[in-house]
Amino acid sequence: MSDAAHAHDDHGHHAHPTGIMRWLTTTNHKDIGSLYLWFSLIMLFTAGSMALLIRSELFEPGMQLMHPDFFNQLTTMHGLIMIFGVIMPAFTGFANWQVPLMIGAPDMAFPRMNNWSFWLLPVAGIMLLGSFWLPGGAVAGGWTMYPPLFIQGGVSYDLTILAVHIMGLSSIMGSINIITTILNMRAPGLTLMKMPMFVWTWLITAYLLIATMPVLAGAVTMLLTDRNFGTHFFNAAGGGDPVMFQHIFWFFGHPEVYILILPAFGIVSQIIPTFSRKPLFGYASMVYATASIAILSFTVWAHHMFAVGMPVAAQLFFMFSTMLIAVPTGVKVFNWVATMWKGSLTFETPMLFAIAFVCLFTIGGFSGLVLAMAPVDIQLQDTYYVVAHFHYVLVSGALFSIFAGIYYWLPKWTGHMYNETLGKTHFWLSVIGMNIVFFPMHFLGLAGMPRRIPDYALQFTEFNQIATVGAFIFGFSQLIFLVLVLKTIKGGAKASDQVWEGAQGLEWTVPSPAPYHTFETAPVVK
Amino acid sequence: MIAGKTNTLTKLIVVALGMFGFGFALVPFYYKICEVTGINSGDEQSLVKNTQVDTSRWVTIEFDANTNEGLPWQFRTTQHSIKVHPGQLVQVEYEAANNSDHAIVGQAVPSYGPARAGAFFKKIECFCFTPQKLAAGERRQMPVLFVLDPSMDKDLHTVTLSYTFFNTNPKAQTATLPEKVPHG
Repeated sequence: MSDAAHAHDDHGHHAHPTGIMRWLTTTNHKDIGSLYLWFSLIMLFTAGSMALLIRSELFEPGMQLMHPDFFNQLTTMHGLIMIFGVIMPAFTGFANWQVPLMIGAPDMAFPRMNNWSFWLLPVAGIMLLGSFWLPGGAVAGGWTMYPPLFIQGGVSYDLTILAVHIMGLSSIMGSINIITTILNMRAPGLTLMKMPMFVWTWLITAYLLIATMPVLAGAVTMLLTDRNFGTHFFNAAGGGDPVMFQHIFWFFGHPEVYILILPAFGIVSQIIPTFSRKPLFGYASMVYATASIAILSFTVWAHHMFAVGMPVAAQLFFMFSTMLIAVPTGVKVFNWVATMWKGSLTFETPMLFAIAFVCLFTIGGFSGLVLAMAPVDIQLQDTYYVVAHFHYVLVSGALFSIFAGIYYWLPKWTGHMYNETLGKTHFWLSVIGMNIVFFPMHFLGLAGMPRRIPDYALQFTEFNQIATVGAFIFGFSQLIFLVLVLKTIKGGAKASDQVWEGAQGLEWTVPSPAPYHTFETAPVVK
Repeated sequence: MIAGKTNTLTKLIVVALGMFGFGFALVPFYYKICEVTGINSGDEQSLVKNTQVDTSRWVTIEFDANTNEGLPWQFRTTQHSIKVHPGQLVQVEYEAANNSDHAIVGQAVPSYGPARAGAFFKKIECFCFTPQKLAAGERRQMPVLFVLDPSMDKDLHTVTLSYTFFNTNPKAQTATLPEKVPHG
């Protein structure tokens, strides 16, 4: 990536600052995309290490390694960082790199705001991680930040709330940039219904972010004023209602899970046609399905809180609206499979990750349908079944699509082909390790093991040990990915401009590595 | 193009600010919804709604209270009769007072008139389930929570629930228990 930058310092615009200032002051979408992706990778290893500590403690029943409170800090921070520090920045990184390249724009609409969007993130990251060293340790109330726990904790709770504010601000600014770029800066002839699916999914995701991130900001602001300024939004002692926080939080929280998966759908919708050497099956239905998912996502939030208590009519409404989302999601899965049908398939690493995404995300989707049923959910609420469900959609869903996207576009970014053997090793270890970690969690949940506990009853031991072994396989195989990325940046076989035989779209018309400035004259799309 | 961008930017900022306000607007909205639908008012939420109420008929329930001679208590009902639907959850109060100068443990035994009505009298909570200890001079209100089984015979229009309090200390017993101990 830095190769791409250095090779084009002579482009003649203005002298670039060097060293750290080059990255601090950059307004180039490719630089900022790389920064997002590196930030995300560092956070992946940070929050991943926390996951390994959690799994180590859970290797045996009883307390071995840590105090229960530290365990709770780890689960909370693992969740917060993986969501806000890994998956979301990675997708924003992809958007920064790819959206201008895919729509034939020279850069993002507001480059300076783009710089701000990124550099707010490390600040929030330091606030989150730094709170481990504050009195009382980091937040331990769960990533969902429910009161009353979250209005009782120490100073790290205030710091976390501010970090969430900052990350929210960063996301909103990023989304404004992405929407404005897509709506105003498409190449002549590139109508909305000709846009690549990745651009479509990001356009819809960005709208979701703008609609829900401010609501989260509002919710945590209420927490903050409850904690420090004597308001009683959620404090029952003062006439507030803690259940209301859950409603406001999940009004944000459910669209948020689609924010975490729609760009993944977009990446997979780019990769599968390339390696099937066929156009995407049902493009228009893909667009409408994505939009339907986004709209429906505002009507299902209370399925996260069936056990809180609500009238039967409300339970039925949220149960059926949740199941309704399976329809457009099913359309997408059908279209991916239909794209592969009778295609001339090859199985390079991006395609392997994309196919694993389709299979394993579907498993996560089905366990989501099980949880959507209110009577079943009341049994499974807060058990490991839920943990299994959301890790299937977030690890084998969102994270695998990120890996797929990196393998797919890395040759374009660096100009070098990655090492296919290393890539395939990374894939197989990841996919096997991931299933060993998370599949047994279904059984644990069905047997009644609650989530967020550092100790458990003896009968859960075997499945927990299997999960822990899988976690270490999965965790350490990510080092292969790190090595692969570093090796690809340093060198490797020269990548052609088109890179992949079946690749279609504007990003494959620019040289590999992509020059520092691209599409300064807009291409014309027929 | 610059104008287009600024235009989009302005609109999106307005939407973002609007949604921030919407987050706070959810607070009064939440309370209004709870108020209109009555879903967050403690009692109604915690008590399972009984869908088995037979609203097609009324049954009069008469309450009766007696004490055995061996028990120097005053025992009475707070109401003599009520009309209920079978299947409806009903709560009534009885009141007992210990007129003696020492603590006494008493046990209430119910009986029903007609006796066959007893099988349909489903008591959920009753002071007769456990012995009651009243200190000297103590007066106590005691609830009975019950449902009449909706499958109760249609020809039963009036049911009497009668309690007799006995002294649990056998030595104080001046009369034997009734010949036929009612079930319940």
